[in-house]
Amino acid sequence: MSVPAVDRPPPSTFSTARAILRKDLAIELRTKESVPAMTLFTVTVFVLFHFGLDRDTLEGDLASGVLWVTLLLAAVIGVSRLFATERDQGGIDGLLLAPVDRTALWIAKATALFLYLTAVELVAVPAFAILLLGPDLLPALPVLALLLVAVNIGVAAIGALVSALAAETRAHELIVPLMLLPLVVPLLIAAASATEPLLRGDQGAEDLLRWLGLLTLYDVVFVLIAAAVFDFLLDD
Amino acid sequence: MPALPLDEAGKYVAAAYIVFFTLIVVYVAIMAAKVARIDRELTELTDLAEQQRAERDRDGEPVA
Amino acid sequence: MFSRGIKPLAIATAVMTAVSLGLVFFYAPLDADQGFIQKIFYVHVPLAIVALCGFVAGGIMGVIHLRTGDRSWDARSYVAIHMSIILGVAVLVTGALWAKAAWGHWWLWDEPVLVSFLVVFLLYCVYYPLRFSIEDPERQARYSSVFAIAAGAFVPINFAAVRMAEAFTHPRVLSQTGGSMPGEMRLTFIACLVAVTLLFVTLWKFELTAKNASAQLNRLRRALEPEGVS
Repeated sequence: MSVPAVDRPPPSTFSTARAILRKDLAIELRTKESVPAMTLFTVTVFVLFHFGLDRDTLEGDLASGVLWVTLLLAAVIGVSRLFATERDQGGIDGLLLAPVDRTALWIAKATALFLYLTAVELVAVPAFAILLLGPDLLPALPVLALLLVAVNIGVAAIGALVSALAAETRAHELIVPLMLLPLVVPLLIAAASATEPLLRGDQGAEDLLRWLGLLTLYDVVFVLIAAAVFDFLLDD
Repeated sequence: MPALPLDEAGKYVAAAYIVFFTLIVVYVAIMAAKVARIDRELTELTDLAEQQRAERDRDGEPVA
Repeated sequence: MFSRGIKPLAIATAVMTAVSLGLVFFYAPLDADQGFIQKIFYVHVPLAIVALCGFVAGGIMGVIHLRTGDRSWDARSYVAIHMSIILGVAVLVTGALWAKAAWGHWWLWDEPVLVSFLVVFLLYCVYYPLRFSIEDPERQARYSSVFAIAAGAFVPINFAAVRMAEAFTHPRVLSQTGGSMPGEMRLTFIACLVAVTLLFVTLWKFELTAKNASAQLNRLRRALEPEGVS
């Protein structure tokens, strides 16, 4: 049984990543499993905080903390579900049969997670401003947006790695939060500290550069590590 | 000034060093149990090997 | 394979530990601020430093394992992390004792070492469920190494982040390994650090040897009982 040799260069990493990303986004748009749940979760948690703290408005460090912790907890949901389709349908093996760089898979999943987080924040941040935030959000928005992007990059990079690590384990819904949350503590420290002065009555951006520096360091280190190490997962 | 008078403080210092030593001693105890198990298994397997050799001898095969 | 040099190491550990304890209680002067309580510092901080280095070393060994495919490096990584977690328990307990004695509270958020340690400890606790929920040994080793690498990189970044956070909210109240330590204290501290490091390496080799012996016994058993296995 002879198979004619296919004389085509193997697909580049980026085109493979794009293909996987397109597939994932198509599935998400059709099934709407992750993003709506994450968004609903954030709004629900804001309501919980209202009752738990017994406050109508928050400002300064309390507001900053509630906002960022809620977003990170919602991210856990997204990370948990990142490889769900592959797990359910045994799809990971299909991807492995092709001579594909595993790194492409990481790029696709991390990008998807980044997009999901951004989508959630587009709703969650205004919801926070309406429900719980005392001071005006608009002056804080440009810097806050920058912080959100920086944090999303870090969460996406490390979240895709954590999701893959936990994907094949038996108790993965337990392992994902326990692994992800300590890992994002530096992001939380930087983001919350940087946001706190923004959400006070007096809008100052003290020491913003220092926190952005920390965020950048984290993002660079973990994007490089996750991309380098991902190849060794799913390697059967 | 420390929060506690010196004789009270001594207890905490002692406790800290006791924690350190207890951890080491517990670790040694666990390792001792492991080594004992290895010893037991080794005896068992040696007996098994000798038994198999005896069976081979009995079956008339030339002794190696 | 793993037990090379273990005897001199063990002797050095015993000697160093005795010497350090002697220095701590008979040589090092009393701290002006905290008096006798400060002696906890000589056990708490070396444990913390060695544990953190153990975590980072586990990550480096994970890198070697992935690059060479040699599973003995995964074993080395696992044991290093395992022992650092145990040391971590000691760090947290001795830290709490120090906090209570010096400040009246069982926990301090102002101490960057303690706080950053708590986060790192919580992260590494996930190592066990991750490792032992993967059945295939080769995959188990690979995934553990990946985790060890990511977590090992995390340790210094987390430490830096927590230190930055504390500097802005609470000024450092417990000055420890500052440059203002008199010579006798510094010597004592270094002796304790060496002792704990030697202890870590000795026990690490010890554990690796025992694990290896168990594994070899399993191989031997399988070689001797081929018919018994259905």
